[in-house]
Amino acid sequence: MVRLRRTLSNSYSVLLLFLVWEGISRAGLVHPFLLPAPTAICLKLVHLLVHGDLGQHLIVSLWRTGLSFIVAVAIAVPLGLAMAHIRLVRWFCEPIIAVGFPTPKIVFLQILILWFGFQDLPKIVMAAVEGIFPIVSATYLGALGVDRYLLWSARSMGTAGSRLLWKVTLPATLPQIMSGVQIALPICFIVIFVTEMLMGGGGLGDAMMLAQRFADSEGVFVGIVMVSALGYAAMRGVACLRHALLRWHPETQEWHA
Amino acid sequence: MVSRMLPLLILAALWEGLTRGGLLRPEALPPLDRVVLRWLAFVVQGDLWPHLGASLWRQAAGFLLSVVVGTGLGIGMARFPSLQSFCEPLLALTYPIPKQALIPVFMIWLGIGHASKIAVIFMGCLIPIVISAFHGARGVDPYLIWSATNLGTSRRRLWWRLIVPAALPDILSGIRIALSLSFILLVTSEILAARAGLGYLSFFLGESGAYEEMFAVVLTVILLGYAADRAYHRLMHRLLVWHRM
Repeated sequence: MVRLRRTLSNSYSVLLLFLVWEGISRAGLVHPFLLPAPTAICLKLVHLLVHGDLGQHLIVSLWRTGLSFIVAVAIAVPLGLAMAHIRLVRWFCEPIIAVGFPTPKIVFLQILILWFGFQDLPKIVMAAVEGIFPIVSATYLGALGVDRYLLWSARSMGTAGSRLLWKVTLPATLPQIMSGVQIALPICFIVIFVTEMLMGGGGLGDAMMLAQRFADSEGVFVGIVMVSALGYAAMRGVACLRHALLRWHPETQEWHA
Repeated sequence: MVSRMLPLLILAALWEGLTRGGLLRPEALPPLDRVVLRWLAFVVQGDLWPHLGASLWRQAAGFLLSVVVGTGLGIGMARFPSLQSFCEPLLALTYPIPKQALIPVFMIWLGIGHASKIAVIFMGCLIPIVISAFHGARGVDPYLIWSATNLGTSRRRLWWRLIVPAALPDILSGIRIALSLSFILLVTSEILAARAGLGYLSFFLGESGAYEEMFAVVLTVILLGYAADRAYHRLMHRLLVWHRM
């Protein structure tokens, strides 16, 4: 009860926002087409989930996200490690990443449509490309910064080759890899959503743009709520994954202490 | 510098070689030299300028507005606890909203001209700047503050002479995130609905099958984003010469 009260008093501004919003649109100060009331949006969300095809769109978006994310991790982690250990790879990839990271890669979408058609593939490739950058740079920097003494002691005790990679370098780099992954998963999800907005072909983004085209503002806001909630869930999910994978790491130990 | 950028030249040579050698169809990947020629024609004939102008105006307006408002709000939140307790939950609420999802709403409110793009860019860039300015101003070394107060610095001077400069590294790195975000939002909103702008132009050309021109526009956008980031990086270094980077 005390906790509930504290939460309420801490987030009074959010409550105020929703009350004012609800009041404005219920009182008819703003046309509901421009700003539907929060309660109306919630009802619409439930209605679309139960009676509409929002669930199907959700599943489509999620599997696209999952696939693109797996592809991104599968490419980015080995690439990052290779950049840290093989000079030629580093020399080749560093300028490409330096140019590619800050640029708006979504502009490639039209090219990907040209190459891969209008279905799932260009969306998944686009999201994977966007997800690769944060993971590669985090993995690369992490693997460069692995404690030399760890490597030396492992080597002096006879660890070599792939065992050194699996038993020492990879676990020691895992915190940084996970930092990259934590950035990449929401990015993959958002990019899938955006490509669906731009290209159609099912999914939450497509559903939202359809709602806009049919002047269904409630549907548009339902799209915003869905994508925000799922993006947030993705962030929390990877944070939990980090916690589980790094149970042995001092950062988790500190967390518990 | 040349050897650092050599891999990009190799990629460009590979592009040219593969398309000239007939390994890739020119419809899938037009040869680089033709793309460059198209780009030059675009520039000389002036077809690119109105779109470039529209894009740059939207980006600059939304981005600069968010820098001013965001820095002020972030530092204000650190200065006034009441402002912080008001804004922090709202930030936590709006932080996970992908700003691209707001584009349709801003289109409903503001139409498909400049205003809706500027609003989306402003909203998207605002949050990272506010958060970094807030954390920067909050995280100032307390020893610095104590020494300054001990030496008789007034509260007002303390903010302008100590806390804002000490927060500058954080503020500037938040702005860097916002800068690259601004280009993403710009392109996305222009592809979705616009009658001018580079994002609009690239999609329009792609849909009409003018692939050489489309690649030229895409390269323009990539170069623009990269140039903005480099220029900002330079500026950051200059502003922070006193700081250990």
